[in-house]
Amino acid sequence: MDDVLFARTQMGISLGFHIVFAAIGIAMPLLMVISEAAWLKTKDPEYLALTKAWAKGSAVLIAIGAASGTVLSFELGLLFPEFMKHAGGIIGMPFGLEGFAFFAEAIFIGIYLYGWNRVPPRWHLASGVIVAFAGCLSAVFVITANAWMNHPRGFRYENGEFFDISPWTAMTTPYAIHEIIHMVVAAYLATGILVAGIHAFILLRHPESTVHRKAFGMAMAMAIPMAIVQPFVGDIASRQVARFQPLKLAAMESQYKTEARAPLRIGGVPSHEGRETHYAIEIPGFLSFLAYGERDAVVKGLEEWPEEDWPPAVVHYAFQLMVALGMLMFALSLWGALEWIFKKRLPRSRAFLACAVAAAPMGMLAIEFGWIVTEVGRQPWIIYEVMRTAEAVTPMPGLIAPLIVTCAVYVFLSVAVIAVLYRQVRIGPGMPPAQVART
Amino acid sequence: MTLAWTVAIIILVAMIVYALLGGADFGAGVWDLLASGPRARKQRDLVALSIGPVWEANHVWLIVIVVLMFTCFPPAFAVLMTALHVPLALALLGILARASSYVFRNYDVRGDRVQARWSLVFSVASIVTPILLGIVVGAVSTGRIRAAPKENFRVLTGYFAPWVHPFPFAVGLFTLSLFAFLAAAYMTRETADPALQDDFRRRALLAQIGVVFFGLAAAFVSRLAEHEPFHQTLLSGTWSWLFFAGACAAAIVSTALLVTRRYRLGRVAAGAEVTAVVAGWGFAQAPFLIAPDVNIENSAAPAITLRLIIIILGVGAVTLLPSLYYLYRVFKREPAFEEMSHERAGGEL
Repeated sequence: MDDVLFARTQMGISLGFHIVFAAIGIAMPLLMVISEAAWLKTKDPEYLALTKAWAKGSAVLIAIGAASGTVLSFELGLLFPEFMKHAGGIIGMPFGLEGFAFFAEAIFIGIYLYGWNRVPPRWHLASGVIVAFAGCLSAVFVITANAWMNHPRGFRYENGEFFDISPWTAMTTPYAIHEIIHMVVAAYLATGILVAGIHAFILLRHPESTVHRKAFGMAMAMAIPMAIVQPFVGDIASRQVARFQPLKLAAMESQYKTEARAPLRIGGVPSHEGRETHYAIEIPGFLSFLAYGERDAVVKGLEEWPEEDWPPAVVHYAFQLMVALGMLMFALSLWGALEWIFKKRLPRSRAFLACAVAAAPMGMLAIEFGWIVTEVGRQPWIIYEVMRTAEAVTPMPGLIAPLIVTCAVYVFLSVAVIAVLYRQVRIGPGMPPAQVART
Repeated sequence: MTLAWTVAIIILVAMIVYALLGGADFGAGVWDLLASGPRARKQRDLVALSIGPVWEANHVWLIVIVVLMFTCFPPAFAVLMTALHVPLALALLGILARASSYVFRNYDVRGDRVQARWSLVFSVASIVTPILLGIVVGAVSTGRIRAAPKENFRVLTGYFAPWVHPFPFAVGLFTLSLFAFLAAAYMTRETADPALQDDFRRRALLAQIGVVFFGLAAAFVSRLAEHEPFHQTLLSGTWSWLFFAGACAAAIVSTALLVTRRYRLGRVAAGAEVTAVVAGWGFAQAPFLIAPDVNIENSAAPAITLRLIIIILGVGAVTLLPSLYYLYRVFKREPAFEEMSHERAGGEL
């Protein structure tokens, strides 16, 4: 292991931690707003209790998201100063815009959490809408910056220097649209399925609870359409990867040889030495079809590039897992959607609830695997095909120390967050009072 | 290069606002740790509820500073992040620990013991972080960070030498006492309870002594710094005397107002005091971002980037400043503590 790998790992862990809170910060305010609107419309106090319970949980998660996001904005410079030295002036604009979206979110989350009795109900709801909208907007801008790292443009690069900088061209990189849609849909999906899973778990023990039934219904109503749409968005995304980063596509699919009628591999263990992928189920011609729309299209294999430019093999596994999780959530959502269409309600069976519990972590895991595909798949470049990650890393020695601290802190924080939320749920609405007495 | 100077002034303004708002949130943590007497619990509740609705918005000013730095002065940002990696990384840990322990304390439900533990993390992080941020500010003024502008701003000095020095530490402690003073001065207007007001009035006056002491100490040890122009401008420039006089006047006025229990104006004078200090530092520091090798002109991003950022800032200010005003009007116009603690006791917050 060397310092570049330590720096990359630290950045990866920090991102992997933050992304969960960021996704929740995007989607949870929407759920709160929907529930609050239902309270204002029906005056059913269960909706109010639910909104407040969700708001308390979100307050914890959004605060940690804000702090871990701050860590990231510094870490870009702490770990990769050479990258920021050159990229800052080119791609700073979306970060500036993100700053304003974050500002709006921070202002109105304060009003939302503390202003129940201080602002008129409509203003309170409007504050929630702004929080929900600003959270989504933050994601759009941050992902734009990431898209630029994957498909950089808006400059001329000569002898290690950047000339003719155009921040606007950089910001409008064609790689951004699919990344943004894929991630925003994933955020609503992962949060929806996570929240639904938690309420399903409670419903299995307390099936009579109407407030948890409502919560489960709203969370599922957010997750189901997203889970159904996501495979199609993913398909568009993979076409864009095929177009702009054929090497990444080859790594995702462990496609070693350049060939027409390339097969789609399900599973499999890639072997760099033998230049082939073992034990995969292959669907002939299907990769060519998915990537380029025709079964006879030629898909470039890893062999086209020098081996030192190949991304690590983990990209293949992460991609397979992301797709598998997406398909499982798709299947569950299809079940829910079909019953909704024919019976005008979600499935009531315990089996559906049990499946929802099992699916709870899948969305977040899929997000993690998806970002591993995007970011590890970008290696060894920090600015794709312009600057290598190794050129950008800080000259500071001993990067293992901050890496160990980062790991320890994030493991501790994860445990603490789960413990705090668990205790919140136990005394939340719809829980029998006997249990409250015991805590 | 007026564009670069415009952005630099905006960064200084953002630093002042961050000190006035975010700084007071850090300072509040000091009084959480030092809560004592028959009203210790109430003091802690006051700390928690007065920063509750605003701390996240206040924190964003730091993000604004960082983003403006790396977008508009990318080499300066890279030098800063390389040379001051250690104190900055520690400050980040502090920021993370503070934010999470604060929400854990507010929303965890297991009772006093758990709350006391999170409270301790919160207050210690609130003390350590501003010291580290002060060290960073002090370190960029000492002239001990050397970089080579002709070699793509390669950093020439080590990772400890630039900040392990009396001046940055003096600035760190000065920063902490300023923030503690601000927080206590603000807190007198957060509650309508005269006894609680008086607790924080005494705390503000105590912190004011710390401000004067560490301010003088920092000015004194700035002579030890290797960057002559900084302490010369700081201690003998015409303009800096103006800031110095302004800060002293504000300190005398704020002290007098606190002594005579005129809290509403006392809060304003305390803010003026901190503004004069930070603005005075900025004045002595200019034109350097990191003395003596990195300045506003040699590290500025291309004009097109600066122009776009200034446009974004303008548009952003038009939409966000009214929102910010609204936030403060809702929560800070009148003392809200009693009402809010009532709401909290009823499980509404």
